[in-house]
Amino acid sequence: MEPSLATSVGKMKLDKPAMLASGILGISLDVFNRLYRSGAGAVVTKSLSSEPWEGYPNPTIFSVNGGGWMNAVGLSNPGASNFAKMIEPNQDVPIIVSLVGSIPKDFEMMINEFKNCNVTAFELNLSCPHVAKVGLEVGDDPELVKKIVTTVKNSTTAPVIAKVGLGTTNYLNTVKTAIDSGIDAITAINTVRAMAIDVETQRPILSNKYGGLSGTPIKPIALRCVYEISSKYDIPIIGCGGISTWEDAIEFFLAGASAIQLGSAIGDNWINVFDDINKGVLEYMKQKNYSTIEEMVGLAKKF
Amino acid sequence: MQRNFNHTTIVTIEKVVDETPTVRTLYFSDDIMSNVLPGQFAMVWIPGINELPMSVMISNESGKAAFTVRKHGLASTGLFNIKTGEKIGVRGPYGNAFDIKQGKLLLVGGGTGLVPMMRLLTHVKPTDDVTVLIGAKSKDEVFFENLANDLLTNNSHNVIVCTDDGSYGEKGFVTDVVEKLVSDTHFDGVYTCGPEKMMYKTVQSAHSRGIFVQASLERMMKCGVGICGSCCVGEDLACKDGTIFDGVHLSQNKEFGYSHRNKAGILEDY
Repeated sequence: MEPSLATSVGKMKLDKPAMLASGILGISLDVFNRLYRSGAGAVVTKSLSSEPWEGYPNPTIFSVNGGGWMNAVGLSNPGASNFAKMIEPNQDVPIIVSLVGSIPKDFEMMINEFKNCNVTAFELNLSCPHVAKVGLEVGDDPELVKKIVTTVKNSTTAPVIAKVGLGTTNYLNTVKTAIDSGIDAITAINTVRAMAIDVETQRPILSNKYGGLSGTPIKPIALRCVYEISSKYDIPIIGCGGISTWEDAIEFFLAGASAIQLGSAIGDNWINVFDDINKGVLEYMKQKNYSTIEEMVGLAKKF
Repeated sequence: MQRNFNHTTIVTIEKVVDETPTVRTLYFSDDIMSNVLPGQFAMVWIPGINELPMSVMISNESGKAAFTVRKHGLASTGLFNIKTGEKIGVRGPYGNAFDIKQGKLLLVGGGTGLVPMMRLLTHVKPTDDVTVLIGAKSKDEVFFENLANDLLTNNSHNVIVCTDDGSYGEKGFVTDVVEKLVSDTHFDGVYTCGPEKMMYKTVQSAHSRGIFVQASLERMMKCGVGICGSCCVGEDLACKDGTIFDGVHLSQNKEFGYSHRNKAGILEDY
């Protein structure tokens, strides 16, 4: 039997396991359609806030010599209301709406904006490393995580995913708080707080000085986190961080992820990367005689 | 070690030339930038100020390149104010290049949109018959007229300047001249860069007559490498799929000529 790329993240069903990660290419429905046609199982939007944000001045993105990207785009986005209107015509594309905010009410109001939209899930950005008062600052505060997750769960019937990252507290505590508050799945991990300095001009390159490191350098860290979460908790996981090949994707499945997200790989290899990974995963499944992705999830934990 | 073209390389400005009171050309040495194809761009870092996409300008000296900038916003004014001896960063080149046809060519440029047109002129064949249309608001904003004539010394050519107020060259919009030229004569290729409305009309005039036409689009750009999505035009990304698109493609794009996205990604009308 031909193996299937379909996968489930809790009650969320996807035709293909690789999604577009939040923050990447996510501001136009036309682009979402194109990515879906290119083999993405779902697209995660840029993190939306209750008001439009312009983000930081350039330079906002920096290519690290030796691999990887650093960014401090500053969560620029058109705001939840504008964005919801833009995706209202969507029928076909599984869209996961990423949200960022400081207080539970922000999230409740934003989710309400999407009442006329076909939304596959909501992903809470509890881990952006380069914007004050949101992201990691929220993720590092267990009380706030509890209140936000509880509020969001009461505001929607769609699955709710928490995206975690490496902040100043143990991220596993954030995961536990989110699970205890009713979260449906975890995305791990966000970019890792980092910086770069130009030696000629002797100044930090990003306008925000600090940014988030993504791409191949963080893949082993992300893999470790997925393995840790899946070893400790019974919760569906979406792996994210430096995945760029089908072998990377398989590694994340074996560590315990039911689906994956791609970001930096698009900067390195453009959007063909979805199709390349799909083909490679399918070939691997044929060789190893798996008919579903689910059969592979977490296999590395038995050793 | 091979240069990572996504990594910023610091260059020193060696010469600054005033083109008009608001437009300057900054020259520097860099082998990679000196060889970019017509229409390609670089991300230019003005340390401490900003980083912005710039079409790469020619220099007659080998190993050298330039940027021509009009002071407009914070970033472009920052670049405009860079003096000889000061440093900027460059990464790239990015984007595709013009598909240069042979025969009778028409180039339509407005403002600093003339930069890729000048670079294109350095790639035409001596047998090509080239018409260059330069659009400007008024006489003191006209530049690159002499450069265009110099670059075309060995060609059958015609450089026409149009000013909106008639203070120099022909009075009126450059797009009216385009419409007249393409209705009278068959061109093998039409190329345009400048204000979007100008490009839109130029593309319409040429494409509706079955003439091959390409335009280089400008959009809010942050990363230049297809990650941030800021520069999307419908389903296209200006930085990765463009910045150059042909008439067939543009005539199917709902946003070209009508709208662009601001820094927050909200669609705004032109």
